[in-house]
Amino acid sequence: MDWLTEPLRDVGAVRALMAVVVMGATCGAIGAYVIVRRLAFIGDAVSHGVLPGVVIASLIGTSILIGAAAAGLVTAIGIAVVARSGRIREDAAIGVLFTGAFALGVVLIGTGADADEQLESLLVGELHDVTAANVVLGVITSVSALAILALLHKELLLTSFDRTLAAAQGYPVFALDALLLVLLAMTIVISIQAVGIILVVAMLVTPSATARLLVDRFVPMLILGSVIGALVGVIGFYLAFHLEAASGGTIVLVATAVFGLAFVLSPTHGVLAHRRLRHARHDVVAPAVDRRAGHEHPVE
Amino acid sequence: MNQAPELALRQVSAGYGDEVMLEAVDLTIPPGTIVGIIGPNGAGKSTLLKAILRLTPWSNGSVLLDGQAVEHHRDRLAYVPQREAVDWTFPITAAETVMMGRYRHIGWVRRPGEADRRAVAEALTRLRLEEIAGEQIGELSGGQQQRVFLARALVQEASILLLDEPMTGVDQATEELVVGLLRELRDAGATILQSTHDLESAAAISDQLCFVNGRVIAFGPPSETFTPPILHATFGGELLIVRAGDHAHTHAGGHHGSTAPPPS
Repeated sequence: MDWLTEPLRDVGAVRALMAVVVMGATCGAIGAYVIVRRLAFIGDAVSHGVLPGVVIASLIGTSILIGAAAAGLVTAIGIAVVARSGRIREDAAIGVLFTGAFALGVVLIGTGADADEQLESLLVGELHDVTAANVVLGVITSVSALAILALLHKELLLTSFDRTLAAAQGYPVFALDALLLVLLAMTIVISIQAVGIILVVAMLVTPSATARLLVDRFVPMLILGSVIGALVGVIGFYLAFHLEAASGGTIVLVATAVFGLAFVLSPTHGVLAHRRLRHARHDVVAPAVDRRAGHEHPVE
Repeated sequence: MNQAPELALRQVSAGYGDEVMLEAVDLTIPPGTIVGIIGPNGAGKSTLLKAILRLTPWSNGSVLLDGQAVEHHRDRLAYVPQREAVDWTFPITAAETVMMGRYRHIGWVRRPGEADRRAVAEALTRLRLEEIAGEQIGELSGGQQQRVFLARALVQEASILLLDEPMTGVDQATEELVVGLLRELRDAGATILQSTHDLESAAAISDQLCFVNGRVIAFGPPSETFTPPILHATFGGELLIVRAGDHAHTHAGGHHGSTAPPPS
């Protein structure tokens, strides 16, 4: 059992492992919404938009997490507002906003001391100096995000699945969208230390996409995504320690590998299952399938 | 289903951006009426339904339920979207989709209770979906999918039903079941508005037809409105009429590009 306990000899490493578990579990839960609402690009944008906030915070000497949170929120709300205006397409608006913010961060960091090292740890993650305060903030953020997801489950699910019904029934659709973006931004902020700005989007997407391959219902998908997120975090943490590899990259690689396994082996949605099902259908219910296909492309 | 209020539109215009899709619509629909909304593609059929719900990017004029603004009585309206508007890959089962119709009754934060589950079970049975209640919606046939959304509208316990192309992509059995259900609801006092491409069946089941093309061209019972001049005014050259015996078989042709001359 040495390989299990060895990485945890010093207290910093224990904190790092806790940070990784919190990050993975929260990302996996929020990730369910990222998948069904197709927010991957927005998630990537918010994580890049965090950079200038972090840099400014470290320049003026306040907490990096506060800087990140502020910048993440500004980016998330900016995206929501620009997307709503409808003047230019949403993806273009997002592209403009987050690359601009990211560039601002890169320029600002160039003026500080040991800029390169600092930039690298922000981009790909740095688990060596997770402070106790970081862990506490991470846990608080995570618990609040998960509590909000649980309390407003019905409302968030409805606006994700059927905005028209939600609006027709008088739900504040825009406010619920914005709330979800805020939760997304907070999750990203507490994840950056572990996996870095560039790789956060992988933790938001990959565990939940893996869960989607395995289950067909939203709540099981959210819970399974959360479990997978935490698990790949732990496995990646140990692998990185023993291989002396970068933790962020290793965690994401483990997540990608698990996704690959599910993609091939999932009993319902996997490549192998599809091949099997196709054969079965071809043999038994071909006429039914044909009839249905005919109805799915109605002549208007 | 409750007795519907009188639904009235007063000078309702609606559209997207600078575009006006519908202009100055005046309609009064008494309770217990099935209205078929007929018009070519892009004529504003869906826009009319959404304008009643106040869901188009902009709309003006007023929509009144028994003389009161619709904004204060949203719970009296249920809406069934067009099939194309639904994300069929969403990880949700038929029963969970139907339960969404109860969310407003349940209220914020609270969980569905026994009464909600019973309402969902009853609606599923009524639409013969009990066997596939636990299936993911993308696995269902077109007819089953349409019935799921109709069941969802039922559990809302609204008295005005707005259905966008409910018969598109459904099998014969579903169509018969749905028509029977709509008639039952109508007889119980509900008002039903459905947009459709199928002129024949709309004329057969509707009490009133509403011909739309950027504005309301005609509104009235099929016997008075299902006439060549009104069809021509609505569809222009897009209508194909094949005379077979004494029956006029009509077909609205958006994609066919049918150019048969309209009857005079």
